Amino acid sequence: MKLRTLLLCCTLMFAGAAMAKEAAPMAADVEVEKRMVAISEELRCLVCQNESLSGSHAELALDLRREIRRMIGEGKTDQEILDFMVARYGDFVRFRPPVKPTTWLLWGGPFLLMAGGVAALIAFLRRRAREDAAPALSEEERRRAAALLDQSNS
Amino acid sequence: MKRFLIPLAGFFVLVIFLGIGLTRDPRDLPSPLKDKPAPNFTLPQLADPDKTFSPADMKGKVWLLNVWSSWCVSCRAEHPVLVDFARQSKLPIVGLSYKEVRGDSEIDAGKLSPDAELKLTRQRSNVWLARRGDPYSLVALDLDGRVGIDYGVYGVPETYVIDKAGMIRMKHTGPITPESLKTQILPLVAELSK
Repeated sequence: MKLRTLLLCCTLMFAGAAMAKEAAPMAADVEVEKRMVAISEELRCLVCQNESLSGSHAELALDLRREIRRMIGEGKTDQEILDFMVARYGDFVRFRPPVKPTTWLLWGGPFLLMAGGVAALIAFLRRRAREDAAPALSEEERRRAAALLDQSNS
Repeated sequence: MKRFLIPLAGFFVLVIFLGIGLTRDPRDLPSPLKDKPAPNFTLPQLADPDKTFSPADMKGKVWLLNVWSSWCVSCRAEHPVLVDFARQSKLPIVGLSYKEVRGDSEIDAGKLSPDAELKLTRQRSNVWLARRGDPYSLVALDLDGRVGIDYGVYGVPETYVIDKAGMIRMKHTGPITPESLKTQILPLVAELSK
């Protein structure tokens, strides 16, 4: 519950900050603004690399958001706008880079690690099951144990 | 005992990878423009208001395009290297003055008329070059940074090596140092000039 409240607070806070910056000069067209934000959320700000283009206050981010607005105005599709950015700044500008040979490890790496983990877990569980299943006492030991139990019972 | 060596080995592999990561500069991104034609533009020149410059003017020459501005702190560090280099070499260096007025957070460029912005850009650039030396064969003025976007500029100073056919052969992000000039730029220029 506490976590949810915190999340809500964060969301509201950032929403406020984003609106304050975005709405000022060009809120004329809400649709354009919405699309611009959606596209720029997919893009990395190259100046402050862990921020998205939509959240960044860097000069370059402002310029690029203006470019996105212009391209939306020209009737470009989202894909065309993303291609425009990638052609200039490379795949790094996208938070979700395309799947291709150089990014296979990036996309597949986590699954590879998980597969390795699962394999190790299975191997461990099997070994333990085998150890459990193996008779803990040999015939000889069992007989001796039984004899000892009989002795103490009588 | 062997069981405990496995996580330890894993840890060392991780340390090695992270260690390599530390030696790399996250700001130095590979440019997708490498081996592609230099984007075309036509911009006014600093020296002569009536003249424009476009990369097509440099066809047949190997040249450097150096993106700079007077508000850029790293450009101050880079400038003496360029001035020194220009003195010894005939390689044309074209300056691209990037958002000289708009990029300066101390000026509210929104209040300036286009003419006033152009005038202020000229004045500021000329003062800077007069004071620190002028390594450029000419300087083109990119007032709004639109050309910068086409070149994928994300942090001044940046320098592009462009070959005789007008292809970008290298992008250097950040200030040029005597070392990077000697080890990266000059060998490439020598090869391209053959």
